[in-house]
Amino acid sequence: MKTEFIIEAALAIQQTILANESTLESLDREIGDGDHYINMKRGATTVAEMQTDLASLKPDEALNKIGMKLLSTIGGASGPLLASFFMSMAKVLKENGDESNLKIAAAFAGGVQAIIQRGKAGISEKTMLDVLIPVSNQFVLLATQNCNVKLICATLIHTAEQGMLSTKNLIATKGRAAGLGERAIGHIDPGAKSCQLMIEAVCKLILEK
Amino acid sequence: MKKFINNVDHILVESLSGFAKAHSDLVELHLEPNFLTRADKATNKVAIISGGGSGHEPLHAGYIGYGMLDAACPGHVFTSPTPDQMLMAAEAVHADKGVLFIVKNYAGDVMNFEMAAEMLPFENATVLTSDDCAVVNSTYTTGRRGVAGTVIVEKCIGSLAETGAALQACKALGDKVNNRTASIGVALTSCTVPAAGRPTFDISESEIEMGVGIHGEPGRRRETMRPADEIIGDCVEAIITDFKSRNLHPNHKHEALLLVNGFGATPLMELYLIYNTAAKLFNLHNIEISHSLVGNYTTALDMAGASITLCLLDDEITKHWDSPVHTAALRWGK
Repeated sequence: MKTEFIIEAALAIQQTILANESTLESLDREIGDGDHYINMKRGATTVAEMQTDLASLKPDEALNKIGMKLLSTIGGASGPLLASFFMSMAKVLKENGDESNLKIAAAFAGGVQAIIQRGKAGISEKTMLDVLIPVSNQFVLLATQNCNVKLICATLIHTAEQGMLSTKNLIATKGRAAGLGERAIGHIDPGAKSCQLMIEAVCKLILEK
Repeated sequence: MKKFINNVDHILVESLSGFAKAHSDLVELHLEPNFLTRADKATNKVAIISGGGSGHEPLHAGYIGYGMLDAACPGHVFTSPTPDQMLMAAEAVHADKGVLFIVKNYAGDVMNFEMAAEMLPFENATVLTSDDCAVVNSTYTTGRRGVAGTVIVEKCIGSLAETGAALQACKALGDKVNNRTASIGVALTSCTVPAAGRPTFDISESEIEMGVGIHGEPGRRRETMRPADEIIGDCVEAIITDFKSRNLHPNHKHEALLLVNGFGATPLMELYLIYNTAAKLFNLHNIEISHSLVGNYTTALDMAGASITLCLLDDEITKHWDSPVHTAALRWGK
């Protein structure tokens, strides 16, 4: 993995968040408090503006810097969760290196593990983890089987989509929608949606290369 | 949306600046990261710090001053503040007796304060407020939300801290007050987050949201609008049921504090009407309302609606509620 790619991915993520304003806003109005898009936009824009600061850093240093920046920019639950993801991913990369798909998958899994710990949440709680846990598992599995990167990306886009859709019929037991009880059923979780969009954007970037 | 706005991105700083100017005898504003401290730093006491999303004014900055908070960290509207704000605030106000964070139990607030607590280089503890009995508690959920009862927790902890009490004693009192407090809210309208520009939820003239939080997130149930006494009756029942489920059985003429809190767009006239009925109904449950607070103390921007909070008093809580306080939003005895 190259820092150049991290910067390209950050720009792609910003683009997809901005392009999905109305989707994210309406999902959060239905079962949240209407601030998810605003927070994601603030985070994505801040990272996109870090280009020149990041360019000279090693990939793990760049990811760590992104995490630190998100921690002081986003706020809410998304802030500490996404920050923990990038900071932990950076830590695993620093320790293990980044020269294979498997090593990158392991770093991704480390990031997801940090979200699980920080959020004290798991699968089927109607959160971003319903996207991230399946994607992380699939990523590690495919990388272990030595699949090529394009196949991995195409599969992960699908896995993320399935995970995002799976939140629709769940009762929320974590996050802001947890106060709604059964009323949350029938609504896709906004955090799961934004994670799916970000994963899709990064995977598409690789597929188009 | 019809609001006093110059630029949505500047609302928060403009509002905080106005607050600091209006109360320059009490508070000092620090920007980037944003936090407010007492104008005169207190010494020889546990530093009491709270914070949360903006839009709940006067919570929390309105409670900075003698007898309550040492600092407050305002986040963006309805969005938790970030750890750097808490770290800088703690750095500014700590007086070598530790730092106590008072945090409303919302996932974002909990995580950001938790990260701040982990990074803080000195002794600290956290009191989580979770007075909202509209949310059913279980091992599997995020749990009850912290709402207007937070004001009572901040007042009592603040009072004890002024006496020079130790960190753990302040935490213990805060936990006790929280455990003896229950709230429930009803919304008549939604609210409009300035940056979103439109109401968070749609609700008709004939509907109410029962069990609503303080962010315009939907409540437990959508119900039909009814005469006030019927709505208040359901709220009082929910609180009594909650106390019983927590094994708090008010004994004969148990003294309590009744807080009727407006969400921002309900006039005091209606809040006092609510108080009138609620006090009467609690009386029928052997609860004597000996202390009261009625007004806009934990708001949800421009939402119409109100919450009812009951705190079962004991001698210690009564003493700390009655003690002198001098803040922008609460002031008595000094």
